[in-house]
Amino acid sequence: MSATTVHTGPNSLVVVGASLAGLRAVEAARKAGFAGRVTLIGDEPHLPYDRPPLSKQLLAPGGSTDPVTFRSRAELVDELGVELLLDAPATGLDPDARIVHVGGAEVAYDALVIATGAVARGLPGTENLAGVHVLRTLDDARAVRRALDEGARTVVVGAGFIGSEVASAARARGLPATVVEALPAPLVRSVGSGLGAGLSALHTRNGTVLRCGQAVAAVEGTGRVERVRLTDGTAIEADLVVVGVGAVPGTGWLAGSGLPVADGVVCDEFLRAGAPGVYAAGDVARWHNRLFDRSMRVEHWSAAAEQGALAARNAVSPADAVPYVTVPYFWSDWYGSRIQFAGVAGGDGHEIVSGDPAGDHFVALYREGDRLTGVLTLNGQRHVMKYRRLIAQGACFDEAVAFARTPAHGATAAS
Amino acid sequence: MRIVLDRARCTGIGICESFAPTVFEVDDNGELVVLSAEVPEGALDEVTAAVEGCPALALRLEP
Ligand SMILES: Cc1cc2nc3c(=O)[nH]c(=O)nc-3n(C[C@H](O)[C@H](O)[C@H](O)COP(=O)(O)OP(=O)(O)OC[C@H]3O[C@@H](n4cnc5c(N)ncnc54)[C@H](O)[C@@H]3O)c2cc1C
Ligand code: SF4
Repeated sequence: MSATTVHTGPNSLVVVGASLAGLRAVEAARKAGFAGRVTLIGDEPHLPYDRPPLSKQLLAPGGSTDPVTFRSRAELVDELGVELLLDAPATGLDPDARIVHVGGAEVAYDALVIATGAVARGLPGTENLAGVHVLRTLDDARAVRRALDEGARTVVVGAGFIGSEVASAARARGLPATVVEALPAPLVRSVGSGLGAGLSALHTRNGTVLRCGQAVAAVEGTGRVERVRLTDGTAIEADLVVVGVGAVPGTGWLAGSGLPVADGVVCDEFLRAGAPGVYAAGDVARWHNRLFDRSMRVEHWSAAAEQGALAARNAVSPADAVPYVTVPYFWSDWYGSRIQFAGVAGGDGHEIVSGDPAGDHFVALYREGDRLTGVLTLNGQRHVMKYRRLIAQGACFDEAVAFARTPAHGATAAS
Repeated sequence: MRIVLDRARCTGIGICESFAPTVFEVDDNGELVVLSAEVPEGALDEVTAAVEGCPALALRLEP
């Protein structure tokens, strides 16, 4: 038979990447009544497991080192009727023939969801040194946990969210911890410069040494890390180095496929990638978010879960496709404090509407022009989702500040 | 439908509140308050979104 031109919808769905977005994709396809063949291809040997606990519960002193999984093999295979190909990296895509290559094997699809996530960036030249880790997978987390349990003097490279959680875990054991950040202030890209400094004060208050404006010149040691040398010549003794300098989208396997990739698989607002029947979801996807009228790629749990489900629904019933519109949201836990961020750190400044960035609680609102675009809270759990809704509604910045000033704000459920 | 919260799992992340603010609210201590034990009339879709959106897998619906 030649290419399908009749509007019958797809008969087979293939999902590449067996983590959060991929799992939500196969679940949603079945929930939408899709009765065709569903195949889930993943390169890790494990069933889909949850990543946020890897740098939190799994590193906590005395905590369990078992992964948090979502569904058993039996649930996936028997109940959902999913063909599981684990420990099986996809190695190529032929969008014209609609085939995914998995080593020597070929898996044909009518509809494809790419959910290959992101890969942690390492420090070049440290590949053969024991004690140097990134933190992205269960195996990474277990290695970091073992080192912490053995009392490692810890150096974190990069003052991002995951690295900061590692520093917290080291301090929870009373171990010496240093965070090295190349930029003059931490988290500039994610929360803006002024507030990044406020959050990073959590490090110093909890006994972690923070060295900003310092790059790593070398990680030294024979066979195993002994010290980290900074560009100013300082040497920091270390048994454990965790590299937290961001992640790159997992698009390597798409090389040569002709699928448009630019810091992520390029998608339209419906999560449709640039070939028929192909969608992308999660950390690997760059899509057009109508709410902010811009192209975005986010590495957040909620977006991966929601995009996975939506991409699959759109893939199995393209005639009813719905755009993915969201106020991006993430959280992070440092030293027992919760940081939450929703929206985008608008370029036209921010205002603190509650608390103080030098203290243990604050709420900051970001603007672009006269529009409210983002909210950052430290220990402000009661506030953050109310502003997230205002952002979704396209509220004015002044309106949001006025809301913050009402004495009754949040006293009862907003409706 | 009844809303069941597993307090031991819930860490007050508040995704549920952003989907169904009439049913869930996180208080000052970061504790989730379930404002209605039963799914209110007409709120099944948003409560279902909240259950599916909970990163801690702490919410369940029971008949
Ligand atoms: C340590 C850590 C802590 C985090 N904490 C938070 C947090 O507190 N809050 C928050 O909002 N977010 C957090 N995140 C981010 C969140 O976990 C991610 O956004 C989410 O996991 C993305 O899901 P995904 O399915 O898109 O990608 P991933 O989880 O990266 O999964 C992609 C999967 O595809 C597989 N794969 C890649 N290439 C191939 C291939 N060629 N063939 C087959 N399989 C392939 C990968 O091995 C992986 O299993 C954290 C992430 C990490 C690593
Ligand atoms: S989303 Fe889940 S973890 Fe978060 S407050 Fe709601 S029930 Fe608790």
